[in-house]
Amino acid sequence: MSDIAVNAPKTSQLLMGNEAIARGALEAGVGVATAYPGNPSSEIIGTLAQVAKELEICVEWSINEKVALEVAAAASFANIRALSAMKQNGLNVALDFLANLNLTGVSRGLVLVVCDDPGGISSTNEQDSRHVAKVLDLPLLEPATFQEAKDMTKWAFELSEEIANICLIRSVTRISHARGNVVLGELPLRENHARFDTSRKPYASIATATPPAFHQRLHRDLSRIREIYEESPFNWYVGPQDPELLIITCGSGWLYSKEAVEILSRQESVGILKIGTTWPLPKAFISRHMLRTKKILVIEEIDAFLETNLKELSVDLAPGRSLTFYGKASGHLNPFGEINPDIVIHAIADIVKVNYVSKEVDYQKKCQRMIEENIFRRELQFCAGCPHRTTFWAIKDALKMDGRDGFVVGDIGCYSMALGSTGFSQIRTVHAMGSGIGIASGLGKLNSFGFDQPVLAVCGDSTFFHAAIPALIDAIHSQSDFLLVVLDNAGTAMTGFQPHPGIDMSATGDASLPIDIEKLCHALGVAVVVTDAYDIKGTTQKFMDLLRIEGKPRVLISRRECNLIRARREKPLYKVQVNPEKCIGEACGCEKFCIRVFKCPGLIWDKNTKKAKIDEAVCSGCGVCVEICSQEAIVRE
Amino acid sequence: MRQEWKDPLNLIITGVGGQGNILISRLIGEAMLEDGYWVTIGETYGASQRGGSVASHVRVSKNTQQGPLTPEGQADVILGLEPVESLRMLVTYGNSKTHVITNIRPIHPMAVAIGEAEYPSLEMIKQGIGELSHQALYLDASEIAIGLGSPLLANMVMAGALIGSGLIPLEGERFEHHLQTSFHKDKLALNLRAFRMGINEIRKPVEVDPKKV
Repeated sequence: MSDIAVNAPKTSQLLMGNEAIARGALEAGVGVATAYPGNPSSEIIGTLAQVAKELEICVEWSINEKVALEVAAAASFANIRALSAMKQNGLNVALDFLANLNLTGVSRGLVLVVCDDPGGISSTNEQDSRHVAKVLDLPLLEPATFQEAKDMTKWAFELSEEIANICLIRSVTRISHARGNVVLGELPLRENHARFDTSRKPYASIATATPPAFHQRLHRDLSRIREIYEESPFNWYVGPQDPELLIITCGSGWLYSKEAVEILSRQESVGILKIGTTWPLPKAFISRHMLRTKKILVIEEIDAFLETNLKELSVDLAPGRSLTFYGKASGHLNPFGEINPDIVIHAIADIVKVNYVSKEVDYQKKCQRMIEENIFRRELQFCAGCPHRTTFWAIKDALKMDGRDGFVVGDIGCYSMALGSTGFSQIRTVHAMGSGIGIASGLGKLNSFGFDQPVLAVCGDSTFFHAAIPALIDAIHSQSDFLLVVLDNAGTAMTGFQPHPGIDMSATGDASLPIDIEKLCHALGVAVVVTDAYDIKGTTQKFMDLLRIEGKPRVLISRRECNLIRARREKPLYKVQVNPEKCIGEACGCEKFCIRVFKCPGLIWDKNTKKAKIDEAVCSGCGVCVEICSQEAIVRE
Repeated sequence: MRQEWKDPLNLIITGVGGQGNILISRLIGEAMLEDGYWVTIGETYGASQRGGSVASHVRVSKNTQQGPLTPEGQADVILGLEPVESLRMLVTYGNSKTHVITNIRPIHPMAVAIGEAEYPSLEMIKQGIGELSHQALYLDASEIAIGLGSPLLANMVMAGALIGSGLIPLEGERFEHHLQTSFHKDKLALNLRAFRMGINEIRKPVEVDPKKV
């Protein structure tokens, strides 16, 4: 297995892009690394946390991305190299700080890695983070291979120190979550002593000068960065001297483009200019290549960021010269969703006018028939034994019995899946981390407009700490009428069980001081009740009781450890079976209630006996389904 | 005897979240990297732990780093931990020369479990895979794994089947050596057993039911 802490220069490892980024930071002598977990970025800090003790570095899962970046910046101010990693949504949280940090600058190397998620594979959006570099006048790098993910990260610290400002790296899912060959470099010896230089001018964009003066400095620095980028080894060209078509690409587009040109056998006529330094663009370097062609195809993930900037650059290129751009604006590439090798192949084939079919017609027809007849979608669902299933079951029952058209506003986590039938389609809104509480608080203030529906907000324990607390305080302060349900499953389950401030363990496995959500709520002066999520009847009753209280916020903590975390440590709680004597199958009249409505993947229908059955390969042994069967046919031992 | 291998060789290892196809992809990839290959592993997935389809694209080459996704119609070998998932990969990435090895134990999606969809019969799946591939091999890796004490070992049985089939340039001994450096002692013996049972299973002569002849 890969080991990013090994000091074995020139040896190769099969590293995930995120591991390569982590290794690059280690080779740069990073001292502090921080993040709030979020895919596709989580493994950067996850990997560093595993080697933190051995290499004597400080690694933390911060409460949210803004704090993560502040903690990393503090290290830089005190002469320690630091890195912060986050996903695109997380950048929004950190943006307020970042949009001031760019003006004050930093001291030692500070690198911010943002992992975008084209296609929103594990996200609620697919925003393109690169715009932030342009808006804030900061240098941007985009790795195209796993090796480059490591090498670029290492170099980003040097660039950061050269310009005394933060450097941005933008990765994407297909780099961060894929694996490839990486040749390791040397790990440096640790040398830093942390000290904040009090004789230095303050890190502030006011008082010593005005914000525009700092803004002006940024523009001066951009020119310098551009000059450095002109000679960058992260930019290169492969192809003929004067290509018929010039592909300009960055990030995951490089490997797709290379393969596409090979598949179409167009190496003699199509050239590829691969750019790793995507903001500010190295004008002279790119212009030299653009002048050798008349057609340019830009390949990149999500927005036409590179494409737009290249067009802007081409205006000054050579007056009167006609250049045709192909890409997102021309419709050759999708400006939303992921790109993939086939999209790139077809774009090139269309421009150079060759026919390309990925499959023969007959074969394709057979495939199509097979898709229609035999292939179903696999809907996401709560795992067997998931405590969210039982909490939402109780919510569903309680709201139905309450009968006032109450509803649930959602938040970000595994429990967002309660938008779908696995969570009985209970959730009505999902936006950003903690937004559910703010929305519920807002709804709970509408009573003067005749609003009388009960409102429940659900959020996970990690989300509670990340961004829910200010909204909760707002609600308590204004006595907004809603019920907050904290789905406390003892970890950040969605992203890989990372600890958060409510857990008694740090990122590096050390004991840490847990913040008790219940005590915090007490201290804030809000009524709080705790329930065991597996106790369906008891939890339903508590919901009923809390729904009857009106005119102020209430909190219910539905507590039960994520079953995946528990299963790593212990054997199943019960052996669960369906007693075939008691299950009367289709004669029951319940119409497979346990399977059809409760929808735990551990419960299946036996076609032969026409009765319910436990799938022993899936059942986690939580035993809660025992409460669901009217015939008491499900038994746990 | 030295066989000439297609380059790049595109292997897709597919299954349902939680079946452990990502782990065996990684182990196979690492062992091949040690053998001097450029290895790229990309994944297409709905959700890794939560019942979604998960496929690892393992692309190996002697020449250069490959992209993380296989172009459509370019898979050489599909190793499926679940039968419909094998078919799902085949209809997108397969061609008439593709080899398929699949576990025959279905994992029902929610829609099937609750009766909104039918899981296709094994005969239909076999017919589909047969029509769309050059050669297809079937085994009940889950049954073998349950026999060893845990259905989770099915991934290692399938790794054995793949390497035992001789469809990728990786020797069983090389892979076992890599397992020895990758697993904790307490888990190694069982995983090695599962791996070897996979090799044996795939190398068994095909038994013909005399009643059906």
